[in-house]
Amino acid sequence: MPKTKKKIDKGTLITLCIILGVMILTVILENTINANSLLFTVIRKGAVYSLVAVSMNLLNGFTGLFSLGQAGFMLLGAYTYAILTIPGGIRDTVYYLFQGSSFNFSFIDAFKSIFGEEGAGATISLILGVILAIICAGIVAAICAYLIGLPVLRLKSDYLAIATLGFAEILRAIFQWDKLGKVTNGANALRGYPTFADFNIKDDIGRIVFRLSSFVPLLIAGICIFVIVLLINSSYGRAFKAIRDDEIAAEAMGINLAKHKSLSFCISSFFAGVGGALFAMFASTVQAKTFTSAMTYEILLIVVIGGIGSVSGSCIASFLYIACSEWWLRFLDNTQYIGNYQIPLFRNGFRMVVFSIIIMIVVLFFRKGIMGDRELPDIFRKKKKTVKTPDVQEEPEVNKMHRRLKDYDE
Amino acid sequence: MEFLVSQVLSGISLGGQYALIAIGYTMVYGILRLINFAHGDVFMVAGLFMIYLSASLPIYLSIPLAIIMTVLLGFIIERAAYKPLRTAPRMSVMISAIGVSYLLQNLALYATGGQPKTYASIPWISKTIYIFGAPTRIVTVITPILVIVLVVLLSLLINHTKIGIAMRAVAKDFETSKLMGVKINNVISITFIIGSFLAAVGSLLYFTNYPTVVPMSGAMPGLKAFVAAVFGGIGSVPGAVIGAFIIGICETLIKGTDYSVFSDAFTFALLIVILVVKPTGIFGEKATDKV
Repeated sequence: MPKTKKKIDKGTLITLCIILGVMILTVILENTINANSLLFTVIRKGAVYSLVAVSMNLLNGFTGLFSLGQAGFMLLGAYTYAILTIPGGIRDTVYYLFQGSSFNFSFIDAFKSIFGEEGAGATISLILGVILAIICAGIVAAICAYLIGLPVLRLKSDYLAIATLGFAEILRAIFQWDKLGKVTNGANALRGYPTFADFNIKDDIGRIVFRLSSFVPLLIAGICIFVIVLLINSSYGRAFKAIRDDEIAAEAMGINLAKHKSLSFCISSFFAGVGGALFAMFASTVQAKTFTSAMTYEILLIVVIGGIGSVSGSCIASFLYIACSEWWLRFLDNTQYIGNYQIPLFRNGFRMVVFSIIIMIVVLFFRKGIMGDRELPDIFRKKKKTVKTPDVQEEPEVNKMHRRLKDYDE
Repeated sequence: MEFLVSQVLSGISLGGQYALIAIGYTMVYGILRLINFAHGDVFMVAGLFMIYLSASLPIYLSIPLAIIMTVLLGFIIERAAYKPLRTAPRMSVMISAIGVSYLLQNLALYATGGQPKTYASIPWISKTIYIFGAPTRIVTVITPILVIVLVVLLSLLINHTKIGIAMRAVAKDFETSKLMGVKINNVISITFIIGSFLAAVGSLLYFTNYPTVVPMSGAMPGLKAFVAAVFGGIGSVPGAVIGAFIIGICETLIKGTDYSVFSDAFTFALLIVILVVKPTGIFGEKATDKV
């Protein structure tokens, strides 16, 4: 390949600055304002969801494989992470219904025996253990995806969707099976593993001196999304897009369909698994019954709101989605008064009704979502260009999108 | 023996209830090529309608009213959420269906306040009777009979009426039948009306056996009915019915063993096997673009 001169253009630079700014702001805010604020829940959950949404977008938006198995792979990741990191000391209390765990290995303990139990040794083993466990979570999900993909990836559009949904349900049943209780704790929750809160820096008597619990998920999700973006811009990513746009033409150009589809499915599942591990850290308990098909639908709706085929759209949409559902619309759940007049309809559950109506409006009338298939840097670039080329760029983009999605029809 | 008889009987009954939902899936898929993810939730809402109506009205009024309201709901969903997307790509319609399903579940959650609602017992059909010494309810016997009657009526409608011919034409070729002067929108609306009607009847029978209705109670039966439709060959009504009976019986038999956690998983395993081995299903007509 000829070496091209690497040049960071303005749009990318602005985007990077924004991301960096958000991260720094998170650290500053977390250490200055009330740490129990819902803002931080939103940041943590938003970071987790944006990773999962981007991983789903890689599959649905960039490779054109309509899969609904995301919750299943998250479940695999979450369980793998939890099983690999629950400290040996508390395993018996976690698995009390099954008289202890048959799998007595914890990365944290293993590293602690190398680096020591106290001070810096404990910190290093925590970080290394968590990172290794997260990677294992991704690998387990990817291996599983490879095996599932062998039969399933031969299917197309909605058949693929329903088959992957089916696999997610099968996985959920397996993890709730009593006979595997020694490993998975059956239908009971796994807990006691390191969560985001463990990354707050504490002093000797256990007081928190510096909070990092919202920064860590942002950082991990950010790194993973960055890797996905690199992948999308590589030759593999171009092959994925070619498959999405026209399978037959892509095959004629020498792209191995089976190999690339399988690759995309595995990579997407790897990051869904990592997302699952992060979700486990966020929720601080893991239970198979949380990873239902409703969760997949939620992530799919995020992808749609953000724009199918836009990484930054997925990220923005997941933060917006989580902020709306967890924070901004929360007032709708409580009875509200204007003066002495009680506003009707406002009671528990109203938030989700309003929310789903908003989603329906987006799905019906703003089908391109927030970003369409543009990325954040494109927007900054466009500002400059609009003077030179007004509106000419709009038209082909719409056509392209329609043509791509129309391929599902016939 | 008695245990087996009662298991098989309730399996047939469950299968019949799935069959009524599956027909809705298979007809809509046949015409619009859309997995109507909201269909299972329409089924759940039908259960809720029945609960709220029977609280204030006598049974003989509330049953027809609940069915009518469900039919209206199906009609409105089609007009509001699927019709605007008629020219849109198939993915968008499917996403819209998922959105409707989400909306219906949240509306149900809002209406019920998250409490499981007790289903009104319909006096006559929940009586206990004995068949080969196995105790069961009358509903178990009624379901398969009712299903067969409804399916016969439906196939008469599809094969011998004008609207039935239009339906088959639209299912064969959307564009051409439009050119031939078939009123596509009417045909699609009628398909949804029939589907919702059958789902409402199915929910009457289903919730007689399952005492409570929660917002999520439509999701699983819905997915299973869809699997049944695929199993029987999507687009084929008799296929969907037979697929539903097979799935219903297998599921109930598995629930009787030690592997009861896998009763749901079995259905999906069956789906994957059938998609891989014979993608057109057991009664599928032609090789389509599934694989």
